[in-house]
Amino acid sequence: MSAPVASLEGVALDFGYPGHAVGRGVSIALRAGEIVCLLGPNGGGKSTLFRTLLGLLPAQGGDVRLDGDPLATLSRAAIAKRVSYVPQAHAGYFPFTMRDVVLMGRTAHLSPFAAPTRRDVAIAEACLARLGLAALADQVYTRVSGGERQLALIARALAQEAPLVVMDEPTASLDFGNQARVLDEVRALAASGIGVIMATHDPDQAFLCADRVALLHAGRLIADAPPREAITPATLREVYGIDADVIDVTLASGETRRVCVPRSGVRFAT
Amino acid sequence: MTARHAWVALCTAAALAVAVGLAFAVGRYPVAPGDLAAIAWSKLTGTPSGVSPTVEAIVWSVRGPRIGAALALGAALAAAGAAFQSLFRNPLVSPDILGVSGGAAVGAVLGIFLALPILAIQGLAFAFGLIAVALVTLIASAVRGHDPLLVLVLAGVLVGALLGACVALLKVLADPYNQLPAITFWLLGSLAGAAPVDLATALPAIAIGFVPLWLLRWRVNLLSLGDEEARAMGVETTRVRLAVIASATLMTAAAVSIAGIVGWIGLVIPHFARLAVGPDFGKLLPVSAILGAAFLLAVDTLARTTARIEIPLGVLTAFVGTPLFLWQLVRSRRSWQ
Repeated sequence: MSAPVASLEGVALDFGYPGHAVGRGVSIALRAGEIVCLLGPNGGGKSTLFRTLLGLLPAQGGDVRLDGDPLATLSRAAIAKRVSYVPQAHAGYFPFTMRDVVLMGRTAHLSPFAAPTRRDVAIAEACLARLGLAALADQVYTRVSGGERQLALIARALAQEAPLVVMDEPTASLDFGNQARVLDEVRALAASGIGVIMATHDPDQAFLCADRVALLHAGRLIADAPPREAITPATLREVYGIDADVIDVTLASGETRRVCVPRSGVRFAT
Repeated sequence: MTARHAWVALCTAAALAVAVGLAFAVGRYPVAPGDLAAIAWSKLTGTPSGVSPTVEAIVWSVRGPRIGAALALGAALAAAGAAFQSLFRNPLVSPDILGVSGGAAVGAVLGIFLALPILAIQGLAFAFGLIAVALVTLIASAVRGHDPLLVLVLAGVLVGALLGACVALLKVLADPYNQLPAITFWLLGSLAGAAPVDLATALPAIAIGFVPLWLLRWRVNLLSLGDEEARAMGVETTRVRLAVIASATLMTAAAVSIAGIVGWIGLVIPHFARLAVGPDFGKLLPVSAILGAAFLLAVDTLARTTARIEIPLGVLTAFVGTPLFLWQLVRSRRSWQ
């Protein structure tokens, strides 16, 4: 390990596609062991920002630095050893087993012409087990439920053994139970020293697990602060155009949690 | 799982052995199994076989090279098909559909037309095959907003039509007494003219194509997830993609320059291999190659034994391949979704 604390930083990033700027001047950082939630409306540029941070899309301005090194100077394998990516669960194309899907996370640790060894298989199976998928190892990825696929993609990122993870809406299209399961896993990752930046549509998830919240609106970062400072009725109104109450509720366990409740009769802001 | 793979290995090996045995035994001059065994034994031990020299000549000099060519070409076409399918995340593509075979055919016909030596014919076939697949992928990537699976297939059909026109033009220009019949029969696909000389240039090309595919077998799996995910997992996708396309095109071009366009093998065989061992390219590649070898040899044996005249291979593989593929399409769409 070269740096004591792994970090992924975007400095004054301009990002977007050729001929189509999506965001400007965004500075954002992720360090090992913390959870950063990226909130923003549909089409607000969250996925584009993530692609830029991962080096999948060249930055149009500014810098992305991984442990202080400019991303452009690193090979894909070097990047993959330091930061992994959990995309939104997709249907997949070919009927790989869950074990094979997770095993693919080991690729950055293999030389270009090598296939995974027994040790890699053991790591993949441990990652499957950690996410409660051990019994599904021989099942076909394209035939399990969406929640199981999403968990498999998280297991795959774990198998990659990178200290930082970028997750693009890991709870999108998951049912209530699977959302809670995925969030539990995200918290467990952070507790084990891994840094997670995740996009989400649900501010309650940020209150539940985030150390910091970044609010992306119209291509600019309008807040980067602990959840209680970043998520207020004022910022929710600015970002989502609705009125919402931000209240503390006392759970059956006695714990207090902050949640957002949209006012009824919400109309689109003019 | 491993028991299943052992079973598959046994079955494919048995299919190959049966195909080879039959190919040696049947034909206009049938060879008895006992004679075959005696000849094989004599070659292994170096002792005389006691079989008549005519029979020995038929087995070694007539059927041997042709069987070798069928095995090598079947393996090459099926392996190339498996590679293209994984690479393009598309179980409906193959060397023929991507225009590789058509491009290679244009190159080879051009070589025959200019009366070039076999090595130059293969070089031209390879170059035109690469140009064709580049054209198809360019068109497919330029047409956005549609089902990419279908766009790629359609682009292949379009480029294939254009290449067909080029071949037709060359045929019109060709000498109608010497070149035209040769080109026409060769285009339909045949191993009748497969001489040891051709094999000597095609086998190394096929081997050179196969090795990178085998070395990159794990990375090809990741390419089948899509470029972004593969890159995020540490794969230099552009390099791997180019290496796989060049390798698979080289194998296809080598096959086309010997036997003309033998369609369907690259499309159908990888399907069945995938059904048997799953999509992991490290298993898919060898199983496709062995099944392809056995299939083309069986088809070639049919081609030279069923009728008085030799039936072109392309005709037979289409007759066998089309229904098999339709059956696949209807029955197991879920196997790739």
